[in-house]
This record gives sequence, C-alpha cells and structure tokens, in this order.
Amino acid sequence: MEKAKLKDDFPVVMVGGSAGSLEVVTAMLGELSNTRVAIVLIIHRKGSIYSSLADVLNVKTRAVVKEAEEKEFIRPGYVYIAPADYHLLIERDGSFSLDYSEKINFSRPSIDVSFECAADVFGSRVTGILLSGGNADGVAGLKSIRRAGGKCIVQNPGSALVSYMPMHALSELKPDKTLDSAEIADYVNGIP
Amino acid sequence: MIQDEIADEEVELLLNDIVTTHGYDFTSYSTASVKRRINRLFILDHFKDFEDFRKRVLHDKNYIRRFVQEITVNVTEMFRDPLFYKLIREQVLPVLATYPFIRIWHAGCSTGEEVYSMAILLKEAGVMHKSLLYATDINPGVLDQVTRGIYPLRSLRQFSENYILSGGKKDFSSYYTAKYDLAKLDDELRSKMIVSTHNLVSDRSFNEFQLIICRNVLIYFNKTLQDKVLDLFDNSLEPRGFLALGSKEQIKFASIGKKYEQLDPKEKVWRKLN
Repeated sequence: MEKAKLKDDFPVVMVGGSAGSLEVVTAMLGELSNTRVAIVLIIHRKGSIYSSLADVLNVKTRAVVKEAEEKEFIRPGYVYIAPADYHLLIERDGSFSLDYSEKINFSRPSIDVSFECAADVFGSRVTGILLSGGNADGVAGLKSIRRAGGKCIVQNPGSALVSYMPMHALSELKPDKTLDSAEIADYVNGIP
Repeated sequence: MIQDEIADEEVELLLNDIVTTHGYDFTSYSTASVKRRINRLFILDHFKDFEDFRKRVLHDKNYIRRFVQEITVNVTEMFRDPLFYKLIREQVLPVLATYPFIRIWHAGCSTGEEVYSMAILLKEAGVMHKSLLYATDINPGVLDQVTRGIYPLRSLRQFSENYILSGGKKDFSSYYTAKYDLAKLDDELRSKMIVSTHNLVSDRSFNEFQLIICRNVLIYFNKTLQDKVLDLFDNSLEPRGFLALGSKEQIKFASIGKKYEQLDPKEKVWRKLN
C-alpha cells in the first residue's frame, strides 16, 4: 500500500525543444542520475520515416529512453519521447495517448499540448523545461504548468543555439529559473 | 463571468447527454483528446458558458453535425506513411489479386485520401475491375468529400511525393484534373467505392472482407472500445484476411492478437492465421 502510494507521487519533468535543443537534451541525459523522476521529451523534428531518436539517446544515458506508446503508463526512471508527427497526451490515469489532429504552432508533436495535459493531470508535480528553438510553441504550456502549481524553467537564451523560443517565453512569463544548458542536468538531478 | 474552459465533469455530462439525445457515443473515447477537442470547439464557436454550449449541442439538430465533425479528427493525407503503402503494393495486393473478387473496408476513412490511394494501387495492380472499396465513417460531413473527390491542389502536389516513395511509377498528376486551386481525382478511381456512414462504437459487421484498413482511429478509443472494435474487425475478416492499422497502433495486447501474424516488424499489417 505504502509502496503504491509512493509510486503515484513521483515528479514529472516535461522537456520541450525545437531547433538546437537536441544537443542540450543529449548532454542532460548524459549527466542524468535522478531515477525518481519520469521525463517526457517533446522535441520538434522532421517526421522521419522511422523514429530512431530513442535509439540515439539511449546510448547516451543510464536511464531507459523509449518512444511513448499509447496506453502506456508513465513511470519514474524512464525517459519518454513523443513520437514524430503525433501529439502526445496524458490521461487522468497517467497513461499516454496519441492524437493526429491539426498541427499547433506549426508543430506536431506540440509542446503546448503535452505540457497542458501534464499540468492538468500531475499539477504541482510537474516541472516544465523549455529549450532552444525557433518558434512560439511551449509558452502556453509553461503558463498552464505555472497555474497548476508546477515549476517553470527556461533555457538561458544566451546559451541556446536558437534563442527565439526561450526569449519569447521570457517575454511572456517569469520562470522559476533561467538555466544555461550545462546547468539543466544538475537541476533535474536535484528534484526530490 | 466568462467561462474559459470546460471541466472534466462537464465533458462527462455532455457526452452522456449526447448518447441519450443523439445516439452518438463518445464516452469510450480517450478523455484527454476529447476534452481538448471539446474545448477547442467551445472557444471557436464563442459560447458564453457550459450551459450555453450544452443547450446548443442538445437542441440544435444542425449543430450536432458540426459537433461530430469537429470532435472527430479528420486530418489525413494520400499515401500517408509511404512505406506502409509500399508493403500493401508488394505483399498484400499480389495475394488479393489471386482471388476472383476483392472486398476492402476502410473503416474511419475520414475525407477519403487513403481510400483514393488504395484505388490507385488497385488500378496499378490491374485488379480494379474485380474490387469493391467500402469507405465508412461516423461523420456524414466528411463522406460528402469522399464522394466528390476534390482536394486542394497544393495538397495533391505534396501527396505526389508520398506516392513516389510508396513505389508509384506513374505520373501522379495523371490521376487528377486541376482547376484553379482545386484538383478533382478521376471518376474512375471512385467507380468501385461504396460510401456510407458506419459507427464503430454501435454498428455491427456488414460484410466479409479480405482487407480491413483502419488507420489512426483506434488511438482515440479507450482500451475496452479498442478491443471491441478489433473483435468487430476479426469477425468481418475472411480466414487469411489482412488487417492494417496506423503506425502507432497495436493488436498484441488485444484478445485477437494471437490469431494474427505481422507481415513486417516495421509496418502495422497483420494476416489472420487459419
């Protein structure tokens, strides 16, 4: 009973990025030692015929990186990637679902969609991290995380390969922290 | 005060009302997606609050049509996932071609782009004359589009790339006539299509098929409804028939899973065992 309860309380880290974010994510996963958290990556990329991003990232980290499958339950110690060309949603029971609806902010997967779902389901357990990128996706999502009592982190635009996305976020909200790319892994490792 | 979001309990209430009033049952759909769609429509149509929205949905017969159209996802393309179509072309159609008569069911066909893709494959395999393509969807609005076969010209240009990747060797533009910014697909491609509404939640099997295609429909259903629909497909497939799903859909956890073998580990096409 006690164990089940603990399992339900794990923190969820939602990471959104576009152009220039893959390097940051790769570096972060390389340093990742926190197995108490579940991490969900929403990375814009050109819809490749077969998604091999999970394979690429898996060799960089001790955590298990996998593409999120529909109806799969989110668990701590795992790093999930939103599949290319689908929106990744989260149900009340903590399972993933997929959606092939219209692009949002010219993006599918959209960071906003996943961030908003996570805020809705996990509330204050969520940390949203918005990285380098060239469009406006993710800001509305960060705002919902904020409203739900979660934490908002934005990559320092100065350390971002493409600064538009974090800059846009900073113009719309004051995050809990602005971090250089090298500081993000430490921050995630420190989440209790 | 203006309400800015429909809450979970309101979504549930509305969906239950719709079953009773209109017979459409969305209660077994994945909640996160339905909730997003409902909220999107709520904002799009400028409702004041939930009661305002609910009244319109329940009492305006024209509005329920719009509701169904907007709640279901109707994003699709021709030869979507080209390698899937390549496999149909190379491994499924040669088997079907040996039969005297070919019956294919596109369940949840939306605006029909994938049905026309299949018609092109049948034509190129030289089996169109002995084929029937049943195209069904819950949503009557999109079926009008299937019957018309008219799509934006710029989409067709984009589809031609998919066509080539799927192993197409013809000039793709020979399949349509362009006028202004629209393109009409050849009437011949439509000649073997039977277009009809069919609700996977409540309607039953209506024939036996050698190939059932249902792509990116099951992802919107909860596990119980997924299993029920897969049983419906199983009951509608001939022995050794083929079942084709969307690239992120699975049958391995469903009760029918053991009765099927996957043709290729990368593509979601299964063949019913004897």
